[in-house]
Amino acid sequence: MKKNYITLPVVIGGLSFACFYATAFAATQASFNPDITLTLDGRYGSYSNDSDYELPGFMLGGEASRGGQGFNLGHNELSFSSNIDDMFFGKLTTVVAEHEGETEVELEEAYIETLSIGDGFTIKAGRFYSDIGYMNNQHPHAWDFTDASLVYRGLFGGQLIDDGLQFSWLVPTQTYFKLGIEATRGGRFPAGGAANDGNGVYAMFAKFGGDVGVSHAWQLGFSHWRADIENRASATHEHGVGVIEVPTYSGESSLNGIDFVWKWAPNGNSREQNLKIQAEYFVRDEEGIVELDGSSPLESTTYLGEQSGWYLQSVYQFIPRWRIGYRYDRLDSDNQGSDSAVLLEAGLDNEGHTPQRSTLMLDYSHSEYSRIRLQVSKDDSYEDSDTLMFMQYIVTLGAHGAHRF
Amino acid sequence: MKNVIQLFSVLFFLLMTSPVLASIYVFACEPEWASLVDELGGERVSSYAATTAYQDPHHIEARPSLIAKIRRADLVVCSGAELESGWLPLLLRQAGNNKIKPGKSGYFEAASVVERLDIPVNLDRSSGDVHASGNPHVHLDPRRIQIIAEFLFKRLSDIDPQGSAYYKQRFKNFSQRWQQAIKQWQLQALPLKGQRIVVHHRDWVYLFDWLGIEIAAALEPKPGLPATPGHLSMLTKTLTTEPAKMIVYTPYQNPRAAKRLSQIINTPVVELPYTIGGTDQVNNLFDLFTVSIEKLNGALK
Repeated sequence: MKKNYITLPVVIGGLSFACFYATAFAATQASFNPDITLTLDGRYGSYSNDSDYELPGFMLGGEASRGGQGFNLGHNELSFSSNIDDMFFGKLTTVVAEHEGETEVELEEAYIETLSIGDGFTIKAGRFYSDIGYMNNQHPHAWDFTDASLVYRGLFGGQLIDDGLQFSWLVPTQTYFKLGIEATRGGRFPAGGAANDGNGVYAMFAKFGGDVGVSHAWQLGFSHWRADIENRASATHEHGVGVIEVPTYSGESSLNGIDFVWKWAPNGNSREQNLKIQAEYFVRDEEGIVELDGSSPLESTTYLGEQSGWYLQSVYQFIPRWRIGYRYDRLDSDNQGSDSAVLLEAGLDNEGHTPQRSTLMLDYSHSEYSRIRLQVSKDDSYEDSDTLMFMQYIVTLGAHGAHRF
Repeated sequence: MKNVIQLFSVLFFLLMTSPVLASIYVFACEPEWASLVDELGGERVSSYAATTAYQDPHHIEARPSLIAKIRRADLVVCSGAELESGWLPLLLRQAGNNKIKPGKSGYFEAASVVERLDIPVNLDRSSGDVHASGNPHVHLDPRRIQIIAEFLFKRLSDIDPQGSAYYKQRFKNFSQRWQQAIKQWQLQALPLKGQRIVVHHRDWVYLFDWLGIEIAAALEPKPGLPATPGHLSMLTKTLTTEPAKMIVYTPYQNPRAAKRLSQIINTPVVELPYTIGGTDQVNNLFDLFTVSIEKLNGALK
């Protein structure tokens, strides 16, 4: 009995010391290690139509596809970020994906950003998502739908990511007003060839935004992007036996866009209910030459293209955790060239078809860190109408994600 | 030419001699800190509250309007302890404002200068939205407000040294009135001591710690997760054997779960102001505690 009286305080003391030590240790660790976020994304896809995916009038590149059928993994991503010192912030994001049986690690973002220039100036350098448009700089796991809108798929091959430099300035006005300019390499779709000694792309953007009362917020953006392109490769075409032709484009490309977002939440408390309406429109003009690499003799055509597209989508969180959304997207193109047969081979003839799609989605978020989604689309990307269905999970582990606007 | 020079000298003279009002622009994450800044800074500061009593401070988006506001701030005053971790770091990075970076004198976290409760031993997301640095809702303990006020007035003096005598005088004045008010509140709140109260979220830890109130249960099964029917039926059982006096929630929380439970177990439900603007009568920190204690006492009867 006496023994118990002696040991109990010792045990408690030991325990509390251990706890104190554990928390102190955890706090030190947390403050010096980078924030690590792991995003897991898996899905089940079903299509009513098995033919190869096309967007007539658009050369497909980057990640422009419907994604796999049946069970497959989506965009699994590992991201590290931290303040480097009082001058810089750094971030690296890798995507682990499987292509034809081999596991590949893709470098999606690797940049540093200034923290302390002040006066609203920020400089970013490295590989980053371009800040043009509204959705372009959002990671796929933050999208409201499983797949990118057709205009992003057709014009950017998913998203614009490039290596380079960005300057931005937040103008000291009452209303949010931000200006930015980017100079990048242009080695990746929809540019290509890293023209001008690896300085092939320029982009500019201006963003405005504000609140209307306490329940409404909005943002309006304008974007411009231009590139010198050398041999932008597109999806391959198998021609007869063993002959593979790759359509490539060389020339100039110029894109303009406008984007708009409106958000509503009663009293500005988005936790219970909220509504988001967003729309983007892009138009791209290109002038140059299209060749079919691998053809013999080499087939080529002059190319004068105007391609445009837009989407309008709305997502409504009607009760906590549950959201429903609808998206309509559409593309148009008017492409001319000296050899219409080569344009057709390259996928640049719209074949009299207007790609469009209607999508409905329903998702459930158990917490801020997990989401399960069901999505159904009626897809008229090309002549054969397709019904797509996706079931998807997206979860994030690790550091608390940012609540972007 | 002579006229132009005259005009400029008049303008210069006007600029130099005009009284400098509101020299410090303060961005407060929550209305309680805007109110404390007003108490201490008087006419030398102008404050902006980024959220209202009707908004859950955990779930704010880095809206364009907030970025524009924080861009021009001389001082940022927030709760800290990860309450704003979903949006404040993003605002700070987007703002390009050198004065308000963490570690600079223009960045002030209230929770970092007081002792915090609810510091978790194990950090695991399966226990809900827990904060590694402890419970961040520190403004609901007037004793902690007193400590925060002392640090905050010194910070104002660092940023605006010319006003340091002014801030000191205002702090003394506030402090005196505050100490008196605390005594009075403690007397008024005597009947609440030892009572058991059901909360929606553990917002109330500091208020209850101060007044000796026991948290009987929380409507959220885990911090940050909405109440479920299963959890409510479990609460019904435990609260029938060990009853509580009332159920409290904040203006930014949905009252549905609290009201449903209140009907089942026949216990009053009270919406407490939580912060400035939570009810029409709450216009400053003094009102906040006066009204909260009145409402709690009212529900006891």
